Amino acid sequence: MKKGTLRQILLLTDGCSNQGEDPAATAALAFEQGIAVNVIGILDHDESEESHGLTEVEEIALSGGGVSQLVYSEALSQTVQMVTKQAMNETLQGFVNQELKQILGKDQSLEDIEPEKRGEIVEVVEELGETTDLEVLILLDTSASMHHKLQMVKAALIDLSISLNARTGKNRFAIYSFPGKRKNIQKVLDWTPKLDSISSVFPKITSGGITPTGPALREAIYQFGKKSLLRSFRHGDEPGLEETGY
Amino acid sequence: MAMNRDWKKQVTSIPPGTLIQGKFKGNNYMMKRKLGEGAIGTVYLCQHGNQTAALKISEKQTSMTLEVNVLKALKQVRGNLLGPALLDVDDWLAPNGRTYTFYVMEYVQGESVQQFFRKNGASWLGLFMVQLLEDLEKLHEAGWVFGDLKTDNLLISQAPPRIRWIDVGGVTQIGRAIKEYTEFYDRGYWGLGSRRAEPSYDLFALAIIFLEIFYPQRFSRPETRRASFLFKRIDRVKALQPYAPVLKKAITGTYTSSNQMKREVKQIIFSRKNQSKRETGKIGLLEAMWIFLFSILSILTSLCF
Repeated sequence: MKKGTLRQILLLTDGCSNQGEDPAATAALAFEQGIAVNVIGILDHDESEESHGLTEVEEIALSGGGVSQLVYSEALSQTVQMVTKQAMNETLQGFVNQELKQILGKDQSLEDIEPEKRGEIVEVVEELGETTDLEVLILLDTSASMHHKLQMVKAALIDLSISLNARTGKNRFAIYSFPGKRKNIQKVLDWTPKLDSISSVFPKITSGGITPTGPALREAIYQFGKKSLLRSFRHGDEPGLEETGY
Repeated sequence: MAMNRDWKKQVTSIPPGTLIQGKFKGNNYMMKRKLGEGAIGTVYLCQHGNQTAALKISEKQTSMTLEVNVLKALKQVRGNLLGPALLDVDDWLAPNGRTYTFYVMEYVQGESVQQFFRKNGASWLGLFMVQLLEDLEKLHEAGWVFGDLKTDNLLISQAPPRIRWIDVGGVTQIGRAIKEYTEFYDRGYWGLGSRRAEPSYDLFALAIIFLEIFYPQRFSRPETRRASFLFKRIDRVKALQPYAPVLKKAITGTYTSSNQMKREVKQIIFSRKNQSKRETGKIGLLEAMWIFLFSILSILTSLCF
């Protein structure tokens, strides 16, 4: 069986985009390309979960085929890893459901199977979640209001790397921040299997004013594309990223 | 938790008296009261005929199915009390039109670990450590790790006092990534190990559980020198002194099996008993000396005559 690579963009933000295209539309584009967009909205303590500036968080994830969550920065670590894993499982569950429909008929889903018999199917999803390769591009909002939250973000990302590296499957992470200097996004850390090294790169982040979430997402999609393009150059006619494994 | 806001309100506060009927098997359960709430679902006390049971319900079908898988697997390791017995699994079509997955399990009655030690004192520490280690040993030998081992997932049932597991949601196959954890008990959070499921992962959490008995307010993680921070917390508790070396080894991940740790805990318990025997032995020695003196005296007196 060939194992593919799951691709995710993890957007960490604390507010509303205010420049460029609609991020929800861009997220839909990412989903089209097989990249799930997860969004974590970081709340300030005077903000409630109903804060309307953050409804965008839900919309982006919805059209990006990912998971969204609003959270206060103290609970960030657990949330980041939970959202990532949940999104992985949902994507995998989606694949398995499609397969099931082919076997059982198009109106059948896991819900129609007796709970006692779901076990084996769910076990397959679990197994895939454990062994599949994963690429996460972390897109970090560094507009002014995020400044005092960056320390928590750093801890949460290191924690994410601990969680995911406990899996059998391979992981690769990259971190980009937005807005960048005269660009939409700024590379913070290139693709790497571990995030332990971010302690040294994190102070590089400078906080600016605008929040161009849409354009930043578009750039992020491009970063995924560029990478597989480079790879296909390097490996000549070897099978691409989708067919790593066995 | 914006995403889950809507359903959460409904499934986490099912009013007492609500009748839950299984969609596939049709069994009825009358809800009595809420027992607790976790990351995956909410647990209620319920009535089925004249039987009282615990019912866990959630919209997270996949996670629930995985828990059921674990409970079924633990049944195979039985003959001991690894987790509550599984009684039923089904779906519930709620009045709001949504489908929730639930499972029914044995209702384990007992006291929390904190309550128990407040009432009965620290002399039970060693016994519970051994009980927990024995259960973990069986679990590990069957190829699983408990994962989310914490005070909230344990109960002490009575007559005779026995430590029981009440939530197996974190149980993970050895070698995989830990499925569910709580930061305070997680060695990854403390920077003292990976989140890969291996016996030493549970032993770390076990050490924290025994530490927490004496620090019910818990403590926060320092930025550096975390192992020595935890060591100091252990050293400050008088009741933990005999077990300090064992707990420290568990924290640094020295043990590769619960059996190794169990043997050392047992050694400590028995050497303590021997110590008290030796103390009584000293009095015996004193008596012996008196007898010896008397006999010498009597020999001397008999020699004089």
